[in-house]
Amino acid sequence: MKHLIFVLLVSLPGLVAAELTAPLQSPDLDVFDTESLRRGAKLYGERCIGCHSLKHMRYKRIQKDLKLSDEDLKTLFPWLDKPTGTMTTAMPPDDAEKWFGLPTPDLSERIRARGADWVYTFLRSFYQDDGRPFGVNNWVFNDVGMPHVLWDLQGTQKAVVKDEKGTPVIKKLELVSPGSLTKKEFDLAVNDLVNFLNYVAEPAQIKRKKIGKYVLFYLIVLAFIMYRLKKVYWKEIH
Amino acid sequence: MNECKDCGSRLLAWIDERFPLLKVWNEHFAKYYAPKNFNFWYFFGSLALLVLVNQILTGIWLTMNYKPSADRAFDTVEIIMRDVDWGWLIRYMHAVGASMFFIVVYMHMFRGMLYGSYKKPRELVWLLGMSMYVALMAEAFMGYLLPWGQMSYWGANVIISLFGAIPVIGDDLVTWIRGDFVISDVTLNRFFSFHVIAVPLVLVFLVFLHIVALHKVGSNNPDGIDIKAKKDKNGVPLDGIPFHPYYTVKDLFAATVFLTICAWIVFYAPDFGGFFLEHPNFIPADPLKTPEHIAPVWYFTPFYSILRAIPSKFGGMLAMFAAIIILFFLPWLDRCSVRSIRYRGITYKIALALFLISFLSLGYLGTIPPTPTAAFFGIVFTIVYFAFFLFMPIYTRMEITKPVPERVVWPPKPFLEREGWTPALARMIWKIMRPFFEKLAAILQSLPPYKKAAEAWSNTQTMIKNNKILRKFL
Repeated sequence: MKHLIFVLLVSLPGLVAAELTAPLQSPDLDVFDTESLRRGAKLYGERCIGCHSLKHMRYKRIQKDLKLSDEDLKTLFPWLDKPTGTMTTAMPPDDAEKWFGLPTPDLSERIRARGADWVYTFLRSFYQDDGRPFGVNNWVFNDVGMPHVLWDLQGTQKAVVKDEKGTPVIKKLELVSPGSLTKKEFDLAVNDLVNFLNYVAEPAQIKRKKIGKYVLFYLIVLAFIMYRLKKVYWKEIH
Repeated sequence: MNECKDCGSRLLAWIDERFPLLKVWNEHFAKYYAPKNFNFWYFFGSLALLVLVNQILTGIWLTMNYKPSADRAFDTVEIIMRDVDWGWLIRYMHAVGASMFFIVVYMHMFRGMLYGSYKKPRELVWLLGMSMYVALMAEAFMGYLLPWGQMSYWGANVIISLFGAIPVIGDDLVTWIRGDFVISDVTLNRFFSFHVIAVPLVLVFLVFLHIVALHKVGSNNPDGIDIKAKKDKNGVPLDGIPFHPYYTVKDLFAATVFLTICAWIVFYAPDFGGFFLEHPNFIPADPLKTPEHIAPVWYFTPFYSILRAIPSKFGGMLAMFAAIIILFFLPWLDRCSVRSIRYRGITYKIALALFLISFLSLGYLGTIPPTPTAAFFGIVFTIVYFAFFLFMPIYTRMEITKPVPERVVWPPKPFLEREGWTPALARMIWKIMRPFFEKLAAILQSLPPYKKAAEAWSNTQTMIKNNKILRKFL
C-alpha cells in the first residue's frame, strides 16, 4: 500500500498534465431565487432522481425552504404519499452496477466536491460518440457512465476534433440537431438544476447568508465600543 | 438586599481562607505587570486561548450528535449540518476555528522570533509552547479524519503510511497505529478518542504550564528589554502596567475584531475556497478510489512540501519531522545577546525574511500538484528553511547589533522612523514607484469587479443624497 501511494504521488504530474477537458463556465447561482429552485427541483424529480438519490435532503425541508404547499410538493414529486423521509432513489445499487458499471453516486453534497462550474459545464457537454454504450460521451468527464438524460431538451451535439501532435483534441461542441429547448432556454434550465443542487448541498446557506450581516453588524458595533473603552482606560498611561 | 451589603466581600473572604483566590487573581491579572509597549503581535496569545475555548465548546456540542463509526460518520456530520438546530453554525465554527487556531499560533510563534521571546530566561516558555504546537498538530490531524470524507481518509493514509518507511519496525508500527491493516472503523474510533479526550487534556494542561512559566519570568516586549530591571520604590516595574484592566480591555478589542473576521468567514465563506474545508472531503471516504491530488489542509502544507522535496520516502519523513523538531532548539541556536529585531543586525533581519518567504512558499507549494517546477522550488525553499536554523549559531554570533535602550521606547516610534526611513527617502521612492502604481491602478480600475463596486458605491451615494433623513449625515 505504501509503495502504491508513493508511486501515485510521484506520477501525479504526468496525470495532471494529460488532463484535457472543457473550459468551465459559471452558472448564475442564487439560493434566494425560490422560483429557480422550484424549477430545478422539478427537473431533478423528472430526470435525475430515478438514479441519483439525495439521501441527506428531507422532503419536509424542501417544502419549507421552497415555500411549497402540500399540493405543490405533490406536483413536483408525484410519487410522494406524504412529505416525509429523504430523497432516496428507487434504483437498487446492485442494479445500477449491473446497468452502468458503477453504483450511481448520491448527489447530496457532490456539488461542493466538484464545484458548481464543473456540474454546470458537465451537464451541457455531452456529445455524440457511437463507441460508448449510451451513444454519448462527455467533454468534461471522458468516458462517463451516465447517459445524456437531458438529450431531448438540448438536442444532439457533435465534437469538433482537431489533431494536435498526433492526439485528437476536442476544440468545441456543435449542436447538430436542436432539441425542444433553444440553447438559451436549455442553459437556463441547467442553471436552475445546478442552483437546486447547490441549495441541496447546504440548505442552511439560506439562513447563514441571511443572518450573517446582522452578526457582522453587531460585532463591528461591539468592536467600536471596545475600542473606545480601551482608549478611555489607556488615557492614563504615559 | 439591604441586609447583605458586604455579602460579596464576605463570600470572598470565606473562599480566601480556603483557596488562594485573591492571590491567584493578583498574580495573574491585577498585579501581573506587563510591559506597556505591547503591539499588534502581542494579541495572538490571548486570541489563541479564545480559539481554544471555542474549539472545546463547539466540540462538546458536535460530539453530542456525531457518531464515530465508518458507516455513520459522514452521514452524522451531514445530520449536524442539516437537521440539528444551529448544527451548521457549530460545525463551521469548529472547522473555521481549527484553521484560525493555526493562523493565530503561527502569528504567535513568529512574534517570538521577531522579538526574541524564546531567549533566556524564557526558554521553558518556548519549549512548552512548541509542545503545544505539536499537540495541536496531532489534534488537528486526528480531528480531520472524523468527517470521514475522501481527503480525511486518504490524507490520514498518506501520513500514517509514512511510518512504514522506518526500517525494520515500519510495517508493524503502521498496523499498530491503525489498529487494522487499512484505515478503518477501528482507526476512526481511536482517533476520535484521542481527538476529544486525550489531546485536549494535554493541550489544556500545557496551556496552564505555558502561562505559569510565562508569569514567573514576565512577558517580553517589542523592545526586548527586561522591564523588571527598573522598578519604583514599591517594587513595580517602571515600564509595567497591570494586566487587568489595561490588557484585558485591549485584548477584548482585539478579540471583537478577530471575531468579526471569523464571523465573516463562518457566514460567507465557510470552506474558504477549499482551504478550510477541502472540496474532496464532501465525498464519503472510499478505500477503493484514490483522489487525483492528495493535499493536507493548508496549515500542514509547509511540512508536506518538505516531505515531498526529499526523493526518498524515509528521508522525506525524517526531514519533515526534523523541520518541526528543530524549532525546539531555537533558544540555543540563536547566539545573539539582543532580543528584539529592532536592535538586531541586518544579517538576522535578512535571515528571518528569507525564512518567512521560504515557509510561506513551502506552504503554497504544498497545496498544488507536484510539477517539476514546484519540486525544484520545494527543494530550494527546504534548503533555505533548514539553513536558517543550521547556520544560526554562526550568523547570529557575528551580528553587529544596535544599542538597546535602558527603558522601553514610549510612545512607540513608527516603523518607518525606527528603520531610518526619512521623509526625503520616502518621497524619492514614491517618485520612482508612482508611474508603476498609476499603471496598476489603471489596470485594476478596468477590471469588472472594480467597475461593479464603483457602480454600487455611486448608487449608494445617490441613494443617500435622495433620502431626506440620510442626507443630513453627509
